[in-house]
Amino acid sequence: MSESRQNGIVAGRISPASLSENFSDAYPPLSAHEALVAADRCYFCYDAPCIAACPTEIDIPLFIRQIQAGSPEGAAKTILAQNILGGMCARVCPTETLCEEACVREAAEGQPVDIGALQRFATDTLMEKGDHPFTRAEPTGKIVAVVGAGPAGLACAHRLAMHGHNVVVVDARKKPGGLNEYGIASYKTVDDFAQAEVEWLLKIGGIRIETGSELGKDFTLGEIREDYDAVFLGMGLSGVNDLGLEGVDDRVNDAVDFIATLRQAKDLATLPIGRRVVVIGGGMTAVDAAVQSKLLGAEDVTIVYRRGQDRMSASDVEQDHATSSGVRIKCYAMPRQAVASGVEFEYTEEGPDGLRGTGETFVLEADQVFCAIGQTYEGWGGQTTLELERGKIRVDLEGRTSLPDVWAGGDCALGGDDLTVTAVAEGRDAAESINRALMR
Amino acid sequence: MADLSSNFVGIKSPNPFWLASAPPTDKEYNVRRAFDAGWGGVVWKTLGLDPHIVNVNGPRYGVVYGPDRKVIGINNIELITDRPLDVNLEEIKRVKRDYPDRAMVVSLMVPCEQVCWTEILAKVEDTGADGVELNFGCPHGMSERGMGASVGQVPEYIQMVTEWCKAATKMPVIVKLTPNISDIRYPARAAMAGGADAVSLINTVSSITSVNLDLMAPEPTIDGKGSHGGYCGPAVKPIALNMIAEIGRDPETASLPISGIGGITTWRDAAEFIALGAGNVQVCTAAMVYGFKIVEEMKAGLSDWMDEKGYQSISDFKGLAVSNVTDWQYLNLNYVTKARIDQDACIKCGRCYAACEDTSHQAISMSADRTFEVIDEECVACNLCVNVCPVENCITMEKLSPGVVDLRTGETVAPDHGDWTTHPNNPTAVAAE
Ligand SMILES: Cc1cc2nc3c(=O)[nH]c(=O)nc-3n(C[C@H](O)[C@H](O)[C@H](O)COP(=O)(O)OP(=O)(O)OC[C@H]3O[C@@H](n4cnc5c(N)ncnc54)[C@H](O)[C@@H]3O)c2cc1C
Ligand SMILES: Cc1cc2nc3c(=O)[nH]c(=O)nc-3n(C[C@H](O)[C@H](O)[C@H](O)COP(=O)(O)O)c2cc1C
Ligand code: SF4
Ligand code: SF4
Ligand code: SF4
Repeated sequence: MSESRQNGIVAGRISPASLSENFSDAYPPLSAHEALVAADRCYFCYDAPCIAACPTEIDIPLFIRQIQAGSPEGAAKTILAQNILGGMCARVCPTETLCEEACVREAAEGQPVDIGALQRFATDTLMEKGDHPFTRAEPTGKIVAVVGAGPAGLACAHRLAMHGHNVVVVDARKKPGGLNEYGIASYKTVDDFAQAEVEWLLKIGGIRIETGSELGKDFTLGEIREDYDAVFLGMGLSGVNDLGLEGVDDRVNDAVDFIATLRQAKDLATLPIGRRVVVIGGGMTAVDAAVQSKLLGAEDVTIVYRRGQDRMSASDVEQDHATSSGVRIKCYAMPRQAVASGVEFEYTEEGPDGLRGTGETFVLEADQVFCAIGQTYEGWGGQTTLELERGKIRVDLEGRTSLPDVWAGGDCALGGDDLTVTAVAEGRDAAESINRALMR
Repeated sequence: MADLSSNFVGIKSPNPFWLASAPPTDKEYNVRRAFDAGWGGVVWKTLGLDPHIVNVNGPRYGVVYGPDRKVIGINNIELITDRPLDVNLEEIKRVKRDYPDRAMVVSLMVPCEQVCWTEILAKVEDTGADGVELNFGCPHGMSERGMGASVGQVPEYIQMVTEWCKAATKMPVIVKLTPNISDIRYPARAAMAGGADAVSLINTVSSITSVNLDLMAPEPTIDGKGSHGGYCGPAVKPIALNMIAEIGRDPETASLPISGIGGITTWRDAAEFIALGAGNVQVCTAAMVYGFKIVEEMKAGLSDWMDEKGYQSISDFKGLAVSNVTDWQYLNLNYVTKARIDQDACIKCGRCYAACEDTSHQAISMSADRTFEVIDEECVACNLCVNVCPVENCITMEKLSPGVVDLRTGETVAPDHGDWTTHPNNPTAVAAE
């Protein structure tokens, strides 16, 4: 184990056995009995507040009652009818800020019904059987192009296929799934779940996926508008905010890239990681990068956030997950420059005109630095036709863009939180809008 | 500290908690452990004549669960003891000798012939047992053979067999009644007429707990078939309480001692039975589900509650609730209440709304921000919202003071009692004087 204390960025800091233990399911699934006990806590509320708090508006009391009544497959159908990626959402949704925050038992006892885990129990039960409970309507003869095979694009494609349209999904990357495949922390979605879910989703039929094909490079929007009856854009956010740090060298990496590499690594033991890692940012990506650094064997991992901890966009549960994994969270400090031993930070304070530096500095020793200060919509080379707003594609409530035959949803489109479940809702709703337009 | 000791028809026990005749009292080993655990007495598992009966070799029990596999009710198709009479009698004798302060009552079920009863009573008397209980209750198996509930369903038989037994023994005779009849007062009166020292009730309720939808057969299933069984446990407590109250309220049987049985699981259940007139209580399912140790909670709970209320002995509160059980026609119609929701306690689940809106009187309003309020103009005070609200004491029923107008009827609440017997809508009403 001498290697584990070596400075610099090296692979194999911990044993393969520890690695596989570290990267197993962070929140293991409920057993059938545990699911019944958890389900029995649901009050079957009238016009339940948890439903309204779910971006896809899953009928939560109904599906939990179906679990109670011994019909988890029926529960799964209730879930998937609203949210075709209900399996992934059960794993990755920050439920503590969504359905479970709104659960009346949270108000009553500070202990909500375990909605996320129950949703996973139901969807896992159905998917393990390999059943796909949805069928296609009569073929309409229409064909729709979906750009981006992330949650938004997949949800849109599935709903369109259900309505009888044919769908071609194109994605620049090698594998479909979007951030489900390349972004979500690996301990939230073990056993290659993202790919299994895509395969399961495609069982509806009528959807063709073309990977390795990039809008703006391999084809233009004009071309697909010509060739297809409608276009849905679900390209996510491919740009990253720049830290503007001086003295940057190859010790400094983008957190999203790091996670993508980690998610695709065949053997985690070959993945190099710093002994002392600093992550700059305050969101979900910062937490995921920090925790996974720790799990890879980094000795000291610190998240540095420029404001107070209560302002971090990572939820309390995520922050707790970080700290209980041994990650330190340091607030009120912003990076000034990379120095030989690490990163120099300046303390900050909240002033009358917003955040400002105090002038005092300190240096955090670091072999590796990850930036996780937000992603941006980049568009693609030369796009000028689509109207943007606040840097994202402008859409109305149905996902319609400024072009009559183009819809958009997910992270690349304006509105909603940048969450998997929101992307699913927007993709689904855009599909309904496309269907209405095509069938008019 | 309250005195829990009990003297039931001359049978003394250190506390009123007896184990009912059933598997917990099936043999010496069990009963010794029960006494060591602190039970006041037992009614030994029902004895019959040799050759002893046999039980099924498949499952005997069906179950109804509440949340978290909590047992709400059990149904069984077990028969009376399946061991030779002599073995049981020897064991009874040994145990009674070693535990002289505990109540040892022996349950009996033999064919409806006088000689059978006379013979077995003599043998039981030899053991030194404190009393006998005549099992006229078992609803399955034995009843097909003209015993158990098939005797308990015919008042004349009850009286006849009770008379035979009273003539044959000096031991107190307790008659155990079946709930599988339409009016419990008739068998109770028959037992009294036959000279019974007491009745005990209830035995199990005829039941099928569930149907196996793959086998298309009732549970428990024996080789593809099932038979109705006897239901017991918390689910049957309301049935038992009513039957005990019926006997206590009946002028003919008001003085008849009652041993209360049926779903008793905690000290509170026991206190309720005693308040309705039971002299002691018997427990079966709760012991079968949780083991003998539960008696510790029962004794401590009853004693603490009695201390709190200032009751020194069981007899201090026995039967205190009987006179408050009345017929519907005597309930005060001038007692007007309205549901009141404590907004601070409310967690906004909307169950009260769903219940009242869908199935009652549309007397709860729901605002956009999920505030639930009672509409006095509509509330009939049915109490359903109180029952379905998951938060204790969040909804309460508030009594309207005399002189206040009930917004639903537009009438002023009258100060005096007024019931159906004098109500103008009652064709047979008697004019109030
Ligand atoms: C590290 C990280 C962790 C996260 N963790 C969570 C979490 O735990 N829970 C949660 O709810 N959300 C989480 N999120 C957010 C969530 O992943 C996104 O909100 C969601 O994936 C957005 O879905 P999407 O379909 O809009 O875009 P994406 O998932 O980004 O998918 C877009 C797809 O479009 C493709 N694409 C892009 N440009 C082109 C082009 N020009 N031509 C063709 N294809 C293109 C991409 O290859 C990609 O496959 C996380 C995000 C990150 C970065
Ligand atoms: C498995 C089983 C066997 C029983 N056997 C007898 C019996 O032999 N004689 C008898 O009088 N009652 C018998 N009973 C009825 C119980 O004594 C008791 O009256 C009934 O279970 C209700 O009480 P509980 O709700 O506390 O269980 C039996 C009950 C069970 C569950
Ligand atoms: S709010 Fe909670 S208790 Fe109510 S229906 Fe939703 S999950 Fe069930
Ligand atoms: S008491 Fe009955 S009628 Fe009145 S509000 Fe409650 S449920 Fe409705
Ligand atoms: S049932 Fe009780 S907690 Fe639920 S909304 Fe009604 S008053 Fe509030």
